[in-house]
Amino acid sequence: MAYVAIADRDHELEHHDPTTFITKYIWSQDHKVIAIQYSITALFVGFVALVLSGMMRLQLGFPDSFSFITPVSYYQFITMHGMIMVIFLLTALFLGGFGNYLIPLMIGSRDMVFPYMNMVSFWVYLVSVIVLLSSFFVPGGPTGAGWTLYPPQAILPGTPGTDWGIILMLVSLALFIVAFTMGGLNYVTTILQARTRGMTMMRLPLSLWGIFMATILGLLAFPALFVSAVMMTLDKAIGTSFFMPAVISMGEQLDHAGGSPILFQHLFWFFGHPEVYIVALPGFGLVSDLLSTHARKSIFGYRMMVWAILAIGGLSFVVWAHHMYVSGMNPYFGFFFATTTLIIAVPTAIKVYNWVLTLWQGDIHLTVPMLFAIGFIFTFTHGGLTGIFLGNVVVDLPLSDTYFVVAHFHMVMGVSPIMVVFGAIYHWYPKITGRMFNETLGKWHFWLTFFGTYAIYLPMHYLGFLGVPRRYFSMGDTEFMPESAFVLNQSITISALFVGVVQLLFLYNIIVSLKKGKEAGPNPWKATTLEWQTPDTPPKHGNWGHELPVVYRWAYDYSVPGYHDDFIPQNVPPNPDIPAHDDGTHHS
Amino acid sequence: MSEAVLTDTGDVLPGGARGIVADFSADKQAFQVPWGKAMMWFFLLSDTFIFGTFLTAYMTVRMSVRDAWPVPSEVFALSFGGEPIPLILIAIMTFVLISSSGTMAMAVNMGYRGERNKAFWLMMATAAFGAMFVGMQAFEWTKLIEEGVRPWSNPMGVAQFGATFFMITGFHGLHVSVGVIYLIVVGRRVKSGFYDRTRGNYEMVEITGLYWHFVDLVWVFIFAFFYLW
Repeated sequence: MAYVAIADRDHELEHHDPTTFITKYIWSQDHKVIAIQYSITALFVGFVALVLSGMMRLQLGFPDSFSFITPVSYYQFITMHGMIMVIFLLTALFLGGFGNYLIPLMIGSRDMVFPYMNMVSFWVYLVSVIVLLSSFFVPGGPTGAGWTLYPPQAILPGTPGTDWGIILMLVSLALFIVAFTMGGLNYVTTILQARTRGMTMMRLPLSLWGIFMATILGLLAFPALFVSAVMMTLDKAIGTSFFMPAVISMGEQLDHAGGSPILFQHLFWFFGHPEVYIVALPGFGLVSDLLSTHARKSIFGYRMMVWAILAIGGLSFVVWAHHMYVSGMNPYFGFFFATTTLIIAVPTAIKVYNWVLTLWQGDIHLTVPMLFAIGFIFTFTHGGLTGIFLGNVVVDLPLSDTYFVVAHFHMVMGVSPIMVVFGAIYHWYPKITGRMFNETLGKWHFWLTFFGTYAIYLPMHYLGFLGVPRRYFSMGDTEFMPESAFVLNQSITISALFVGVVQLLFLYNIIVSLKKGKEAGPNPWKATTLEWQTPDTPPKHGNWGHELPVVYRWAYDYSVPGYHDDFIPQNVPPNPDIPAHDDGTHHS
Repeated sequence: MSEAVLTDTGDVLPGGARGIVADFSADKQAFQVPWGKAMMWFFLLSDTFIFGTFLTAYMTVRMSVRDAWPVPSEVFALSFGGEPIPLILIAIMTFVLISSSGTMAMAVNMGYRGERNKAFWLMMATAAFGAMFVGMQAFEWTKLIEEGVRPWSNPMGVAQFGATFFMITGFHGLHVSVGVIYLIVVGRRVKSGFYDRTRGNYEMVEITGLYWHFVDLVWVFIFAFFYLW
């Protein structure tokens, strides 16, 4: 079958020129508007989750001083904080937000391949968020099962929110997965099939490689969460026993028998570990572009970076049981999963070295996005190293379920991705809005957040070594915890509240700069990638005016000797005086 | 602008593994197929993981329960007046569904030949087979429910039998039902000449067919794991 699909002929793109306010900004099929809708919704729930973490810290730092924090509400805050941050903020923001905005612009396309489906994706996501938040207002409140929702306790009376909360949580997750699938299919297909002329896969900016691989991970990992959500809903709603063993609850033998709680853990972590990389890989990609642009230097080892992303993605599917060492398993399985876990450190370390080598002898501009990008290298290296501790079975067993684990995963998949989120928002803000943000406020935001998060999480490692358990409402009087642990908890709480308040600087900055910021111009950072070469800023509907750009070079032609500028955009035709960068497309 | 500078790989195309990489990273698109078809592939890959997880969970449950699992050839037997015949209904259901894959393949062929009418009727035949399958599944469910099988308990043995059975065949039946609706929608558009006006080709028939064949293939696995194990 002879078939020629050409992205610069519009016939395959559904026509959807918006005319009214509603079709332009509400029921919009434009990827840029959908991206902004996704981002604002995600940031909004993110702030809800931030407030929840503040409440938890109040209890931990100053036990029993606040009557509105009960043991029940404390567990509900923990659960909702975790689930919102991981799924409804980070996954949605990186893929629904940055993915939607950057994919068509960076590959030189007019939109996603199926804009209508893309729009539906956002609206289903919004419904899933509403369902999740509605659980705060039902009898019994949201579920307090912890974000991992382990059965049997997740659905047994005694755990907060077993009336409605757990059902709403599971329904909300299922809806989120439907929404993600519709968006994710679009992202993958668009990157693979709708690139402009000359944009080979090996010329893609690393941002897109990260988003691409993360989307694939999502499409293959979310099914496990979907299936476990269905099975747990059945256990709860109609009394099946997939995950429920014979249980005596409150003196009564329940009707369940023969189910396996461990099965849930396997299914959950088969989703849960790739999920870590669904959040991390887009961050890796975006930060690579930030570092290269603001250091005016080509990314070090582009091809190695791409292969590292692919390797990490592949390996992330064979490490899941390292979350389950304490659940008990055959020692050979523990050996296997510890080995695969440590192997992941290799491609990850390659990426860290390459980021540092990109900075090496670069013309580093300490702009706000660059500060956040460098901050990311610190926090990520830090969180990654503690991961090596926890990946080993014998080291993990005493540290499991202590604050060491809390510190580890907050450094590696809380603070680090959020550093990238802020850096990337500041970096692309001029393109999205057409205006610059306030540089001074941005720098204050960075330094206070950076040191503030260290003030929160560094002491937590120490608490973990002391053996302070995580998820406890109150520590009470114990022999092994010295007085200093409680003082430290107060200090952490004060830092956490401080960092939370500092985020208002960010909000204030991006809102006020919409009106007051100075005109940014089309390419304020002198970047090479296609989204900075659009005819209009912010890009109009259809992105490229009459003709699509043609790509002649890779995304990292910074400081090329002999050229009059220190950057060459991807759509600049080759100059015979300058040797072209060998980006791997010329085979002999 | 000269074409040569774009992505010219030279006169000698690389072979072997390098050739695969070169193809995959080619200009503009990785696969020489329409967007809709590529997207259907990715969707089916994702759906494979859903069914794969369901079936893995089922196998885990079945291997870990302590009480006896009901014997499929007895549970799924039907008697027409005389001796019960094991698996007869499932055999017919499987035959119907496999046949529907045949009519679907013929419909795709007729679509590409531009024989709209034939393509339409073959798609309707496929949909009818699908509806028949769902109907027989409803019959099978009714029979089991009348015999007292419930998701939370059953008289033949361990409770997880009913739970996994209703969940997985239900999820598959849902896929078949969606497929029937999908076939009817696309079939009507084929008949009305909608694709002549919009796309000028009948790739949509093939995309529908991909989904349909996938649903059939999944059934083969469910059949093997539920009825033959």
